[in-house]
Amino acid sequence: MNQVSMVTVNNKNNANVQPEGEARLRMENVNLYYGEFHAVKDISLDISSSSITAIIGPSGCGKSSLLRLFNRMNDLIPSARIEGLVEFDGVDIYQPGIDVVELRKRVGMVFQKPNPFPMSIYDNVCFGPRRHGIRNKRALDDIVEKSLIQAALWDEVKDKLDQSGLSISGGQQQRLCIARVLAVEPEVILMDEPCSALDPIATLKIEDLMRTLSASYTIVIVTHNMQQAARVSDMTAFLMVGDDRAGMLVEYGQTSEIFTNPKNKKTEDYITGRFG
Amino acid sequence: MRKNYERALKALQDEVLVMASMVERSISLSIEALKKRDLELARQIIAEDENINQKRFDIEEQCVELIATQQPMAGDLRVIIAILNMLVDLERIGDHSEGIAKIAIMIGDEPPIKPLIDLPRMAEKACQMLRESMDAFVNRDVPLAKKICDDDEEVDALYEQVFRELLIIMAENPKTIGRATRLIWVAHNLERSADRITNICERVVFIATGHMEDIGASKY
Ligand SMILES: Nc1ncnc2c1ncn2[C@@H]1O[C@H](COP(=O)(O)OP(=O)(O)OP(=O)(O)O)[C@@H](O)[C@H]1O
Ligand SMILES: [Mg+2]
Repeated sequence: MNQVSMVTVNNKNNANVQPEGEARLRMENVNLYYGEFHAVKDISLDISSSSITAIIGPSGCGKSSLLRLFNRMNDLIPSARIEGLVEFDGVDIYQPGIDVVELRKRVGMVFQKPNPFPMSIYDNVCFGPRRHGIRNKRALDDIVEKSLIQAALWDEVKDKLDQSGLSISGGQQQRLCIARVLAVEPEVILMDEPCSALDPIATLKIEDLMRTLSASYTIVIVTHNMQQAARVSDMTAFLMVGDDRAGMLVEYGQTSEIFTNPKNKKTEDYITGRFG
Repeated sequence: MRKNYERALKALQDEVLVMASMVERSISLSIEALKKRDLELARQIIAEDENINQKRFDIEEQCVELIATQQPMAGDLRVIIAILNMLVDLERIGDHSEGIAKIAIMIGDEPPIKPLIDLPRMAEKACQMLRESMDAFVNRDVPLAKKICDDDEEVDALYEQVFRELLIIMAENPKTIGRATRLIWVAHNLERSADRITNICERVVFIATGHMEDIGASKY
């Protein structure tokens, strides 16, 4: 069972319900600025292990920015500045001395557009492991097979591993990208609108894959598709920009609650399609 | 935003009100048929129950269509789920009225064993509860919904009174057993109808709060 069934209310003043138990990822009063622009405002949330957390909200509310905070992808943006605490397994990931390459290995990321490297399917999957020093052919073969099986792509590509990663369909490319992330054995997988470029069948395949993976991985997904959030996630976070244009957490709670009985009127209006 | 969807949701709720008023009419006419020994009216009620059944299916279809095409969420989803349940109760109340009309036909022109006073009162109370339950539905009025459930006790009390009275009549004159039993069935139909109205009220509370709860379970 991956369903996060036990929850506690630990925030008295708002509608945020945090998952019970040890938090895998944790944000405490996090602010993110791009230069002068306040993009993410005072967000606190816990994400527990072996669960899927969906981040939803209108365009520009800071979902991608929030997601990137978990593996320091915002470091690549020169103007970005962060305040507050982001923890992975209780460790402040923004403290000096953190090995960011190691962090991004443990907290992998899948992007909106499938972005296979212009190389063979086999080499795409091996890319990470090779960079982490694995050279043994047998070991690499095993990693490729295991990762592609996990990504539910093996049967479709096992006879053409030497073909270009760009030669397969969009849905297959996205699963290849997931396999590439899985190959380095991460613990957390961040996904930023992983299905937005895919057709409905490929989308359902990825969703099914996510549910399977959630038994052993902690998954955080940003999605514009509310039904998708409802279908795959255990917890849902709803973000919206405030009057100052900064993105804030409006409501966080069990997905089953958010989609049947949200506490906040703004959440209700957004998920019933009355604004956004 | 989503004007057509909002309109469809509103129309759906209006249809429930229409169905409820058909059912209310059925209750009060069935008792009138019984009281006035109007067999023509009784037959009409039986025929009109078909319309109530049809209405139920029509509304149910609208619900299914909205779910399938619009993916309603949160409060909207609760309204539709609640309506699907309310339809069942409304349709069954219609069946209870039809039952009363059938009893009226069975009784035909048998000599009366007692003046009908408490049965019409039960019917009146049930009609009032039904009307109020629709007010509570429209206004998402939880206190009113709970009050209606409390009112069910009055119907229960009347039922008990009718039942006891008829028992005495039967004990005193066994020749009345057939006729008295039929009147007990009538009372029973009315008592069940009122119970179903409390179910409707529970759905109103669900719409308003998201919580499913048993409010004041009936004695019978
Ligand atoms: N690199 C950047 N430099 C400056 N501002 C940025 C940068 N990236 C994002 N922003 C701004 O920060 C805000 C949040 O952007 P973000 O991409 O996190 O939103 P989002 O919720 O993911 O939107 P979408 O749903 O459209 O992907 C926006 O106003 C955006 O313009
Ligand atoms: Mg984004």
